Amino acid sequence: MRDLSVSFATRRGVVQAVDGLSFDVQPKEVLGIVGESGSGKSVAMYSMLGLVRDANVRVSGSVLFEGREILGLTDTEMQSVRGGQVGMIFQDPMTALTPVYTVGWQIAEQLRAHNEMTKKQANERATELLAEVGIPDPKSRANHYPHEFSGGMRQRVVIAMALSCNPKLLIADEPTTALDVTTQAQILDLMGRLQATYGSSIVIITHDMGVIAEIAHRVVVMYAGRPAEIGPELDVVRAARHPYTWGLLGAVPRADVKTRRLVTIPGNAVSPLAVPAGCAFAPRCEYRMDICEQRPPLRGANDHLDACWLSDEQRLEIRSTATVRGES
Amino acid sequence: MTSLGVLVFMVVVVLLAPVYAHDIAHDNPFASNLQGRIKIGNHYRSVMQSNTQGLGLGVTPIGPTWHFSKYFLGADELGRDVFARILYGGRVTLLIGFSSGLICISVATVLGMLAGYFGRATDWIISRLLDIVWAFPIYLLAISLSVILVTSGLDLGIIHIGAGSLLLPILIIASVYVPYVARPVRGIVFSLKEREFIQAAIASGASDWHILRKEILPNVAPSVIVFFPLMVALNILTESALSILGIGVQPPQASWGTIINDGLQLLYTRPWVAIAPGICIVIVCVALNILGDGVRDAFDPRAKLRGSI
Amino acid sequence: MPRFIAKRLASAILVMFTISVLVFLIFFATPGVNPASRIAGRSATPAVLRQVSKEFGLNRPLPIRYALMMYHLFIKQDLTSYVNIGDKIIPQITAAAPITLSLISGAVVIWLLVGTSAGIIAAKNKGKFIDPLVMFFGIAAISIPVYWLGEMVSLITQGGLHSSIFAWVPNGGYVSITQSPVEWFTHLIFPWFTLASLYAGIYARVLRGELINNMNEDYIRTARAKGLSERRILYRHALRCSMITIVSLFGLDVGVLVGGAALLTEVVFGLPGVGWLTYQGLTNLDLPLIMGCVMYGAFFVVLASAAVDVLYAYIDPRIRVVN
Repeated sequence: MRDLSVSFATRRGVVQAVDGLSFDVQPKEVLGIVGESGSGKSVAMYSMLGLVRDANVRVSGSVLFEGREILGLTDTEMQSVRGGQVGMIFQDPMTALTPVYTVGWQIAEQLRAHNEMTKKQANERATELLAEVGIPDPKSRANHYPHEFSGGMRQRVVIAMALSCNPKLLIADEPTTALDVTTQAQILDLMGRLQATYGSSIVIITHDMGVIAEIAHRVVVMYAGRPAEIGPELDVVRAARHPYTWGLLGAVPRADVKTRRLVTIPGNAVSPLAVPAGCAFAPRCEYRMDICEQRPPLRGANDHLDACWLSDEQRLEIRSTATVRGES
Repeated sequence: MTSLGVLVFMVVVVLLAPVYAHDIAHDNPFASNLQGRIKIGNHYRSVMQSNTQGLGLGVTPIGPTWHFSKYFLGADELGRDVFARILYGGRVTLLIGFSSGLICISVATVLGMLAGYFGRATDWIISRLLDIVWAFPIYLLAISLSVILVTSGLDLGIIHIGAGSLLLPILIIASVYVPYVARPVRGIVFSLKEREFIQAAIASGASDWHILRKEILPNVAPSVIVFFPLMVALNILTESALSILGIGVQPPQASWGTIINDGLQLLYTRPWVAIAPGICIVIVCVALNILGDGVRDAFDPRAKLRGSI
Repeated sequence: MPRFIAKRLASAILVMFTISVLVFLIFFATPGVNPASRIAGRSATPAVLRQVSKEFGLNRPLPIRYALMMYHLFIKQDLTSYVNIGDKIIPQITAAAPITLSLISGAVVIWLLVGTSAGIIAAKNKGKFIDPLVMFFGIAAISIPVYWLGEMVSLITQGGLHSSIFAWVPNGGYVSITQSPVEWFTHLIFPWFTLASLYAGIYARVLRGELINNMNEDYIRTARAKGLSERRILYRHALRCSMITIVSLFGLDVGVLVGGAALLTEVVFGLPGVGWLTYQGLTNLDLPLIMGCVMYGAFFVVLASAAVDVLYAYIDPRIRVVN
């Protein structure tokens, strides 16, 4: 993805939902996109596949999938990419499946859309997929309707459906947000195993740094539609550069450290209608400087990029002061 | 917005009828005018003209003269100026439409709120009443009530309504459509009751009356307001159907429906008597429906309300 | 399940009973309506009136009269008219039923075809010019008084153009299909279109609304992400889910129509169906006839309502779990 920008023309002005997002996803890699609600992370991935149907949307930039430009393709041209090359898992499993068809039918529908298969073959494969995602008694459950499954089970069905055509890339939009913590762990575990089996890359969108730490190889941190920091997961988690990332990491509750108050990032998320011309995070940033009135470029070394004016020396100083104060 | 303009235009035109109708029709549109003569250009012509075709028997009213002040659309079988009658009749039609719409909506909202809020016994009684009324096909019920009441009036103890009163069609049409509005309102109130702010109000000790008035009513109001133009249109159509059948508005009063009824006798000789009021009804109802849609979209473009037919 | 059916049956009988009582009260108990004078004629002497009252049991208390009427209607099935003395009611209704059915079946085909196509076209092209255009026709269709429309249609087919283009259109009336299929058709074609117009407008609007609502649902986004064609998404997913509302609406509409709700169309075109018969009864104050027709109609309303409930469970799997 290069310089993806997505804007919506609304009655109250132009909303820049995504502003100059660029990243690469390697084969078999898990890329996490993390940010607050409204940071544009979901919109970016949906517009990539042409799933944003609003008449007022403008998408620009370039997205190359295996060398082929897919941004701006017509619906008919996209049909082979969607579902076949790129699978998608959605946030709310309760509404993601069509209520009037059985789950087996819906999986088979996707299979037959992309492969030459008879109904019988598709149904059999659908049952196999249900088994792979851990649905008990898959043969009879394939004939059940979505409302007969619990939330976690439905999400597994959606995963099965997304992986059914062996896609090269799987996009997961907050797949565990609507689920309880135990199910969350199971689903993440499942995704990890399936990724190893199928060898697909995953782009996982989340607001939870814990999920990132769990399964991502690389991370993109987004704020107000702009990339704040991009890098390998370990680097970003251990040596984050952007103050926003510090805020996100600090906000993870930890069981091993005694804290009296939960850490929050001061201020409110920026309104998409009033994004500052300079650094979007500056109004909330403890370390803002005058130069932050200019928009910082995304730059860095060794694959670890950040969009912040702070120099490495300044960061070092901040870190040492923080350690002295007992914060990490 | 254009529909609102059209509607307002027609309402104003029709309401002001008594003011300018006198210029348009020099004769009283309600009185028979079998002997009348009118002057067009330099000629005098009889309003009722002898038949020259067919068997040459009887008289036929004059056809449209397309002169603004004299029998613009011709005369009906009693020699009356049709155009003037349409203007006056429009007031009656609109009056009935709006009044019964208002009454229907008010009663239905109250019933729906009571049934939805108090539930249990209140709901059971009200719902059964609504079911009974609703189980009748609308026209059947309206016609039945009209056949009985309109010709002889209503005499219930202290309530006396004369046979020719407009109140009868208004009340009949209003009551027939009450379930149509009351049921959705009841449904809305049911789901509102589960919402937290109602629970909060109850928990903080607000009286039922207070909750109904301050919390429930404002939330039900938008949906009800959306219903209103649609109900007026439905009521106008029902009134015209009843009047065409002769059991709606009674002479000497006129409504667009009664004029159509008059025109049916002359359908093949003087078709305009029947065509014109029908067109008026269509225009007004189209404007009302478009207005209703507009109101609904303005309140909530994604409303799942099934108010419109 | 048997309990559910029993409950439904009991509730259906209760509704029919209540309707019958209500109609009875409207027509028998309203002051100023004296069936005896109706039967005996306007200038009947008091003696004749008394005799008529006695013969027809009109001087008995209300509940007895009601019970008698129900008895004659349902059990002995020999209820006779007050106006055309001696004419049995039930055969009149059974003779009229096929005519109403002929009218409705043709109209149904037309309004389903026109209404659903219009609704789909409007929803597919939402926002473009053809959408408001189709919807305008839909609104116009529901704003036209049916009776007036019928008369206008007759005006066109029987008026000036009757000698040329529309010479083949008969002037009302009905010919049974067994007598002459061609005549049956020519007598019904215009009534079909007249009756269908109102419903086509309604269905087009409802379907468009439902389709647009459903196209915004999450599962449509999933279907698109699966790589399905837009055509398949619209028909197999969105339309299929919109059918739920349409089918329940349709069931109720057909039920009411079979029961005689098309009376205006039947009257204006001179088709002696159940609606026409009801109208005759109402205007003649022929109380047994009214009662018979109303019971016939109520039966179908109740039947349709129950059928729709069952059908609903069939097409919306979510309902099946509950009762």
